[in-house]
Amino acid sequence: MDLSYSAEYEQFRNQVRQFLKENWRPEDADGGPPPESQAAMMGAVIRTDERATQFRLKAIERGYLYRHVPKQYGGGEQPANALQAQIIADEFRKVKAPHEVMGQGPSMLVPTLVEHGTEEQKQFFVRDTLLGKILWCQGYSEPGSGSDLASLRTRGVLDGDHWVINGQKIWTSNADTAHWMFCLVRTEPDAPKHEGISYILVDMKTPGLDVRPLRQMTGEADFNEVFFDNVRVPASNLVGKRGLGWIVSRSTLKHERALIGGSMIHRRTFDGLMMLAQAVNLRGEPASKNKVIRNRMVEIESKLLALEYNQYRLLTTGARGEDPGLAGMVTKLYGTQLNYDIGRLAMDILADRGLMAPGEGSAPAMGMFVTAYMWSLGVLIAGGTANIQRNVIGERGLGLPRDAATKR
Amino acid sequence: MDFGLSADQLMLKDTIKRFLDKQCPTTRVRAVMESDTGHDPKLWQELVDLGVAGLIVPAAQGGAGLELLDLALAAEELGHACCPGPFLGSALATIALVEGADAAQRERWLPKIAGGEILATIAIGEDDSRWDPATFTTQVRGGKLSGSKPLVPYASSADVMIVAAHDEHGPGFWLVERGAPGIEVNPLKLVDMTRRVESMSFRDTPATALGGSRTALQRTIDAGCILVAADAHGGSRRCLNMAVEYAMQREQFGQKIGAFQAVKHQLANLASEIEPALSLYWYAAHAFDHIKDQSERHAAIVKAHMTDLFDRVTRDTTELHGGIGFTWEFDLHLWFRRAVFDRGFLGEANYHRERAATLAGW
Repeated sequence: MDLSYSAEYEQFRNQVRQFLKENWRPEDADGGPPPESQAAMMGAVIRTDERATQFRLKAIERGYLYRHVPKQYGGGEQPANALQAQIIADEFRKVKAPHEVMGQGPSMLVPTLVEHGTEEQKQFFVRDTLLGKILWCQGYSEPGSGSDLASLRTRGVLDGDHWVINGQKIWTSNADTAHWMFCLVRTEPDAPKHEGISYILVDMKTPGLDVRPLRQMTGEADFNEVFFDNVRVPASNLVGKRGLGWIVSRSTLKHERALIGGSMIHRRTFDGLMMLAQAVNLRGEPASKNKVIRNRMVEIESKLLALEYNQYRLLTTGARGEDPGLAGMVTKLYGTQLNYDIGRLAMDILADRGLMAPGEGSAPAMGMFVTAYMWSLGVLIAGGTANIQRNVIGERGLGLPRDAATKR
Repeated sequence: MDFGLSADQLMLKDTIKRFLDKQCPTTRVRAVMESDTGHDPKLWQELVDLGVAGLIVPAAQGGAGLELLDLALAAEELGHACCPGPFLGSALATIALVEGADAAQRERWLPKIAGGEILATIAIGEDDSRWDPATFTTQVRGGKLSGSKPLVPYASSADVMIVAAHDEHGPGFWLVERGAPGIEVNPLKLVDMTRRVESMSFRDTPATALGGSRTALQRTIDAGCILVAADAHGGSRRCLNMAVEYAMQREQFGQKIGAFQAVKHQLANLASEIEPALSLYWYAAHAFDHIKDQSERHAAIVKAHMTDLFDRVTRDTTELHGGIGFTWEFDLHLWFRRAVFDRGFLGEANYHRERAATLAGW
């Protein structure tokens, strides 16, 4: 075991630092939202101003960003190397330089197009998506479908050289700001449920498409419902083969991406929790001096450390080209629980000050923790509920028999 | 940057595992634990021959000269097998000697321990002390040791014991040899039948100072916490594997119980806790040798976290087995009992969490 980086990697780190020194002035880092903000915690911060774009283009040219995307479509095109990717992420974060544009366009659509798209589709969409010039939303979820995604009912019928789409999508983040949607549509109504779905790109300005905000339990509207009423989409917007959209949608990120930064958000919220515990008085002393609170703080920190060191382990298995097995499969469920543990302890530290809605009251950072506590319920559900994660771990990780209801 | 086991470490772990799979099935575990001494000298010598007693003994004294992580890997496999015997006491005495003894003492004792000629053990905790060296009442005056140690592993079988005590300079370690005058040993019946612990008292027993530094004492406790955590991890993994195996065989209502979500989810929850915890004990063991300013706090954290988890794993997996899981004949309770030991020995979880909070300056 060796937790230092080899000379070869330290040299790589120096190159990255030198690049940042030459191309990113500290004063350029100003203007982004504070890292403690809700938007930053949810990973929704995308800086796409001209300065950021110019910087990103140089970083892509050097192979520091979008390393899994071919150069001809606007990527950095480098062999997978989890350690280099980690070094880049670390160094960029230190000086607050723009990293890859986040969101479903770069993370989900781009790998799909690179693998299954036509040459025209790749040329038209990939580069601008990577630079944040085309914003995407994802049209998978439908009312009533839940985790049984393939039960979706939005229909597409071919009429000449256009698909005519009717139906409804739900839980669509950013549908109100996105330029395009990538969605799954049932195009072969008589085929078995997984074989009759196509992957289609829809311009959000197409007539017949209606976006309505969906208010969630926090009181805010971070999602939308999207209604399709005879929406006509050129047939050339189909990605991959007709009826094979289920397989097309399975294209995911290259391995190295999934490894980076998985526990960073939790470290940040834990640090916030620590500050809260030191700032808030409970019965005449800082909460951090209260025996019960201290005990729970250490319990939570133990889980956080386990997750961080598990991340080191994943980096190592990635670098060695080994299968991470269960260690990679459990991080989402584990993180969900950790997220809740942190939120709940924050609420206990706030005590009766936690009764107030975000924005009220005088306790430090109070609005942030109440909101984060409510969001821990969203995280529990997003991307497949925790129960679905448990099925995946049980079936794929431990080799338990499939649920009778989902056999096919 | 390499946070993983080396080829040598994987081989070491595999060698010990294969030996224990073959030579230490639960039939043998039961035979040893039901014997008078709870110690099978043949089994112990076989482990010594594999190098287990000498892993961290320097090469100059006939050992392998490896690190605590290597020793912890062995502890994990012993926990996985629920292997009975004097490993823990021997390992802690060895660490105390490596950390605190002078050259002559090392030369005298370590080669014999590594080769299995003698058995060493450790006497640290005291009543009401919660294993905090500052509160120990055992005293050394003029080379004579007096006091009580209620929990000494394999005291009757040991040839030499390392005893934590105070003299006018503060807490440290002293070495007492078997048969010295003033020693009284009383056997105890433990929940964990795979590890024997006896209560001892000393009255004016001749003792040799071992370095006497407080550092060696705390380092030994830290190492013990990490080894116990590794044992708990091995036990947790074994119980999970047993439950998964059972869920794939046992049928109820016309299907394997592993297909029921309630069963699947309980197992998935355990797996998702056990898997990341592995990295926590690796890190703590690595820190013990390489990141010393973090090692005491990590030892406290890992002891609390992993023995708590072991307790929960034994509980949930027993439930998953239904009635059979509650029988004497079925093996699961061997690990449940071991979890009770791992949680209590060297101080319970709340004590270590409070210590971790204090060490962080909270």
